[in-house]
Amino acid sequence: MAILEVKNLGISFGGLRAVDSFEVTIKKGQLYGLIGPNGAGKTTVFNMLTGVYKPDDGTIKLDGVDLVGKSTMDINKEGIARTFQNIRLFKDQTVLDNVKIGLHNQYQYSTLTGILRLPKYRKIEKEMNEKAEELLKVFDLEDKKDYLASNLPYGAQRKLEIARALATNPKLLLLDEPAAGMNPNETKELMDTIRFVRDEFDMTILLIEHDMKLVSGICEELTVLNFGQVLSQGKTSDVLNDPEVIKAYLGE
Amino acid sequence: MKKFGIKGTNKSIKSNMITYLMVVAVYIIVQFIIATGSMSSLMQGLLVPLCIYSIVAIGLNLCVGYLGELSLGHAGFMCVGAFSSAFFTKYMLDSGMNETVRFILAIIIGTLVAAFFGFLIGIPVLRLRGDYLAIVTLAFGEIIKNVINVLYIGKDSTGLHFSIKDSASLNLEEEGTLIINGAKGIIGTPRQSTFTVGVILILISLVVVFHLVNSRTGRAIMAIRDNRIAAESVGINITKYKLMAFSISAAIAGAGGALYAHNLSTLTAQPANFGYNMSIMILVFVVLGGMGSFRGSIIAAVILTMLPEMLRGLADYRMLIYAIVLIAMMLFNWAPKSIEWRQRHSIKGMFQKKTKEVQ
Repeated sequence: MAILEVKNLGISFGGLRAVDSFEVTIKKGQLYGLIGPNGAGKTTVFNMLTGVYKPDDGTIKLDGVDLVGKSTMDINKEGIARTFQNIRLFKDQTVLDNVKIGLHNQYQYSTLTGILRLPKYRKIEKEMNEKAEELLKVFDLEDKKDYLASNLPYGAQRKLEIARALATNPKLLLLDEPAAGMNPNETKELMDTIRFVRDEFDMTILLIEHDMKLVSGICEELTVLNFGQVLSQGKTSDVLNDPEVIKAYLGE
Repeated sequence: MKKFGIKGTNKSIKSNMITYLMVVAVYIIVQFIIATGSMSSLMQGLLVPLCIYSIVAIGLNLCVGYLGELSLGHAGFMCVGAFSSAFFTKYMLDSGMNETVRFILAIIIGTLVAAFFGFLIGIPVLRLRGDYLAIVTLAFGEIIKNVINVLYIGKDSTGLHFSIKDSASLNLEEEGTLIINGAKGIIGTPRQSTFTVGVILILISLVVVFHLVNSRTGRAIMAIRDNRIAAESVGINITKYKLMAFSISAAIAGAGGALYAHNLSTLTAQPANFGYNMSIMILVFVVLGGMGSFRGSIIAAVILTMLPEMLRGLADYRMLIYAIVLIAMMLFNWAPKSIEWRQRHSIKGMFQKKTKEVQ
């Protein structure tokens, strides 16, 4: 069953056609990779999926719901969560609070309840703490929960961003270059974590990545973008052996 | 506290308790000094303004330190709070209402009206960011002050009369009373603000802001400050929480204004009390005390309000020394070298060393 169906997606910035007739169908529980040379339009696709940019044409359907024209906030509520290429954590807050902000729409109480510290406040805060700690445990961050997010090492910051995205209880998780800046050991660890998240949370994951080891290691299917257009699409092994793809990456 | 089992939460609760205790301790000491009769009447006259500035600084700190938006219009919200509360008191003056109840209601009304104005002004203003937002709030603050200066409201048996021309155009009946008399303001408000009321209001403001920033709403507000794009991506309603923080901040400034109005028998909207100078002075308290530190705001407000009065003996050099102290305090608070020095010589650090030696 397809959880994400994107058809004929396109956007122009001034005279530049950044993405043109992009199509992808992702099945539930799939680990899907989006690759391509720098400037191919991968992050632009992510930004259209999450409502940061409004596509000029095309449709995006998540579980049958059309997402085009919705705000980033509403798209997150519909079930798409993401991480960012350049890490965007809430730097001046603790690791635990970062995840609790992700839980914002899952556990609700009014501002007045918070100010008056009604019993509901204590009850829900406790539930939030438990849930957040549970999520941190998945990423081996539970002993660092009182650290400021900006004090975490780089690899841990990437993990925290994934934890925060998962806290919003998404149907589809978008990871924008999760292994960027990681050393081979951290990358290997990250691959295990991504697989674990998929299995544990029954998650569908779409990721952008340049690290071919990671892509070939965990992605089941791939889409290759080049100059805003789909160059190749299909099973990972087929796509990576496609002469067109090799040409785009390595030149002739 | 143990229920939460979080170090961070415990730490903030501890720090909040210190702030409450500090306010209460100062209150007790001041009461003691007054009782022994060793406080000059000049200083006694300063006690309520100290509370007013502390409250408004707490309100502005919520906006600057937690929402991360620079507002230069908080004197305007203070002005709205002052005039709406004084208007209510003046209106109910002959109604035979219990004085204390009337005063409490006046403060609540001042707070709510200021919150409403914060909301109204926030809708257009919060679309802007940074310098632009600061300038537009500055303009709104001035607009509020100037509108109140041309406002005439009177009361007679047929009800309320409004005018923005002059008092004659109100067409009041003979026995009608003028409540707001344009630039002459509101005259004859009973002086009900006392140091005790001021301290209670400081404590209430502190409870509100501490509880707010440690709640779901507070986290959302700080998330927007830290990273707007990420906050949006986890489904936080940016507009809602920005407006909420701005309104609450304005509301607290309004409460300070209500206290101000009931500290003087004549309330006028002058550039000196509700102009941008006041907004900037309060911003100085906030920046000096440390953005995000409510305790710091109170300390800075108290020191910087007392200083010019204490230096009165130096006559002409007074403002010069005030400026030098301002610069020195800023350096002491924020210069990297001085932060390092303070960390090395902090009282807390000394204690920690000693306990280690014992172990």
